[in-house]
Amino acid sequence: MAIVTPGFFGKRRGAADRLPPGQYLADDFPVLTAGPTPVVHTEDWEFTLTNEVGERHTWNWRELQALPAETPTVDIHCVTKWSKLDTAWRGVSLDELFADVDTAADYAMVHSYGGYTTNLPLEDLLDGQAWIAYEYDGEELLAQHGGPARLLVPHLYFWKSAKWVRDIELMVTDEPGFWESLGYHDYGDPWLEQRYQGD
Amino acid sequence: MTYVDGNVLAGPLAEVFGVDFTAVTGTCASCGFAAALATLRVYSTAPGFVARCPSCEEVVLRLVRTPTEAWVDLRGARSLRVPLT
Repeated sequence: MAIVTPGFFGKRRGAADRLPPGQYLADDFPVLTAGPTPVVHTEDWEFTLTNEVGERHTWNWRELQALPAETPTVDIHCVTKWSKLDTAWRGVSLDELFADVDTAADYAMVHSYGGYTTNLPLEDLLDGQAWIAYEYDGEELLAQHGGPARLLVPHLYFWKSAKWVRDIELMVTDEPGFWESLGYHDYGDPWLEQRYQGD
Repeated sequence: MTYVDGNVLAGPLAEVFGVDFTAVTGTCASCGFAAALATLRVYSTAPGFVARCPSCEEVVLRLVRTPTEAWVDLRGARSLRVPLT
């Protein structure tokens, strides 16, 4: 008779154990936005990685789709206190996109169509922690949720998972993005409840 | 996604500055459009308030209220015209 301890399956924890402090469980998928939803057609879409000396690596939609896809199922946590468990995505790992990028930078600034920005350490984009996601729940990603493609960095508050991602610029020194420059925490770990500067 | 009119900012701005902003006109730093507070397009379903110009949609004003502080960004406003009488 096989003996399986509850701890063996990390994802089998109860919902309460998977909620970071101060969060509540959302049944729907709330839409938060700081501006009009950009209309980005896949035939015009481009994604660029730029290293700290200005070298650019660019993918169009067809090239992105040709890269190996992953299907992460992850919990997401918004700084406005809703969390959503077991969200299912399809996209390309940032490890794949960074494979040929030469850099000694420690930080990244993410830029979106529409002008949004967010900053995070480069190491948080690597090692299977982040994706360029273009499907949600088996369907193409809706524009209201960041389609055609958004960044997905589920271990940080969801404002870091920039909708309508357009490029990632690598930086030697850290700089604040859209919300980080207006009182929000520079890093945003939901398990440490790093909502605001000073948390 | 919809926005609401700028009057939603009257209370939070009065709390910070002690001024009735409903009579204030701000000039957009991007396009130069002079907008009364009420005409700004405010996206409030967000981690903060983001007020955009009704003419060019650039950000004119941002406001975040933390449990202990208010943060205000007015880089998008070239000027604020505040009635004194």
